[in-house]
Amino acid sequence: MTVQASHAIDEAMEKSLTVMAPRPDVGSLAIENVGKTYDPEGARVVALHDCSVDIAPGDFLAIVGPSGCGKSTLMNIIAGFDNVTEGRVLLDGQLLATPSSPPKPGPDRVVVFQNGALFPWKTVLENVMYGPLVQHKMTLDVAEERAMDLLTKCGGLDKVAASYPPQLSSGMQRRVEIVRALINEPKILLLDEPFRAMDTVSKNTMHQHLLEMYRVCRKTIIFITHDLEEAIYLADKVIVMTSRPGTIKSTIAVNLPRPRTPEMMLGAEYLALKAQAIASVHEEAKKAFERGEREHA
Amino acid sequence: MKTSWWTSRKFWLMWAGYAGAIAMWYASVKWLPIASFNRLPDPWAVAREWFSPHPAFGVSVFTPVYYVHIFYSVYRATAAFLLAVLLGVPLGILMGWSRTFDTYASALVGLLRPIPPLAWIPLAILIFPGIEIAVIYVTFLVAFFATVMNTYVGVKSIDPDYFRAAASLGSKPRDVLRHVIIPGALPNIFTGLQIAMGAAWFSLAAGEMIAAQYGLGFMIFESYNLIQFPTIVIGMATLGIAGFISSALIRVVGNRLMRWRVQSFGMKG
Ligand SMILES: Nc1ncnc2c1ncn2[C@@H]1O[C@H](COP(=O)(O)OP(=O)(O)O)[C@@H](O)[C@H]1O
Ligand SMILES: [Mg+2]
Repeated sequence: MTVQASHAIDEAMEKSLTVMAPRPDVGSLAIENVGKTYDPEGARVVALHDCSVDIAPGDFLAIVGPSGCGKSTLMNIIAGFDNVTEGRVLLDGQLLATPSSPPKPGPDRVVVFQNGALFPWKTVLENVMYGPLVQHKMTLDVAEERAMDLLTKCGGLDKVAASYPPQLSSGMQRRVEIVRALINEPKILLLDEPFRAMDTVSKNTMHQHLLEMYRVCRKTIIFITHDLEEAIYLADKVIVMTSRPGTIKSTIAVNLPRPRTPEMMLGAEYLALKAQAIASVHEEAKKAFERGEREHA
Repeated sequence: MKTSWWTSRKFWLMWAGYAGAIAMWYASVKWLPIASFNRLPDPWAVAREWFSPHPAFGVSVFTPVYYVHIFYSVYRATAAFLLAVLLGVPLGILMGWSRTFDTYASALVGLLRPIPPLAWIPLAILIFPGIEIAVIYVTFLVAFFATVMNTYVGVKSIDPDYFRAAASLGSKPRDVLRHVIIPGALPNIFTGLQIAMGAAWFSLAAGEMIAAQYGLGFMIFESYNLIQFPTIVIGMATLGIAGFISSALIRVVGNRLMRWRVQSFGMKG
């Protein structure tokens, strides 16, 4: 083999390791003038008011806002755990939520929960196989093969396939939970403050894992966080929410190239975006602080 | 780290407890200046009677009648306990799962549960054909309430996110029951079964004293009437051992079914 030929192969391999999966053709979400009032007969807590967002298939959207601004409420509506009281939500042009339709969760919009919801009584492998098996989408053999394959691809999680979730670190649990969602080939992956309780180092590791999963199995992702830097680093589009009632204050388009690397967080482009976003959030944070907004899970 | 059971601190503390109890028994019989205590047999006298081929009062490990009593008590306790599990676990799950059913059943359970089991005995004897069923019924009743309540609490204490995760992953109600509700409530169900078994022995002994022909409770009460002290103590000790064994059996089954807890938290029983 000539030197040039071997070089070409190296280059090709390098490229295959860094190239993004193509944009999927399903997974567009339209949130149109959505409002949500809890307990409309009694206390009337207005959690969301007139929220509109458009997400293209395969986009990574981050929603940032202070605690209690309605991020989880918006996510519960998209997931089908709760209904809207105003407006509507469309998934690939199909009605998903209106004030008159009952909420309907399903495997086309899988959620990764704020506090983690892997079943502690099932092993990692059983958790991952759960979705396809209860939906009768795969036989046991196929599900196991597919689950092991995905676990391997997502950072060597196949090694813990036989463990029970409480035996794993919280970072690993979160990654397994993402794999449990991905095996269903959801149109949208919903992540509610998944790295909230983690220290900076584990969080950075988790970012790389998540970006890698996104690169390999590209899906529309809605990522909820109250960490602005995290949002800009990960997403294509960042939505900043304000509280009481929750509305969308600004939308920031993040045009940093993919795949993203930690070094980008030092680049001028990233810093400029961050400054712009901070200005927008700061005003809100100050208001929230003055109202004595307490930490709300 | 691996330690043998006989070098563990726990093991020796356990035996120290037994030895202390026997010493106190011995001391109170021998040295307490109370006449009624002095009539009690000391530990050796009971042991001699218990293991004697020719017991003074007719009951020892060598007499068939001893095993007839044990058989009746074990049979009644087992029947009552199994019935309580078979009816109590599904009812508890239903109450925990369906809000409508909860409102409906909770009121009834809340009203019936405080009635002491022994208060049921006269009515039970009058309405059931035969004393046997009446005794089993009363035993069943306490075990049943303990099972229902703990199963109910078990279902209610499942993190709602597990239900949401299950729904999000495409579960049908049957899957939720099998993969979320039952395993999620299992730790509490087994706590309930331990309590139920204890309560079953408790009310069984009482029931047998009042209304039965055989059984350890009957044996104790009959020996009381005939003032046969060693046999009373033999009956009590046998009940203690039976309760201990049944409790251990439930623990073994529980640890088998909840391997995830044993592996994740080293939690046993
Ligand atoms: N089930 C509920 N009933 C009444 N009020 C609720 C309920 N859930 C959330 N809220 C209120 O709605 C607001 C938004 O909550 P949430 O969506 O959880 O915020 P976030 O996830 O951004 O912290 C909060 O003020 C909260 O108190
Ligand atoms: Mg939240």
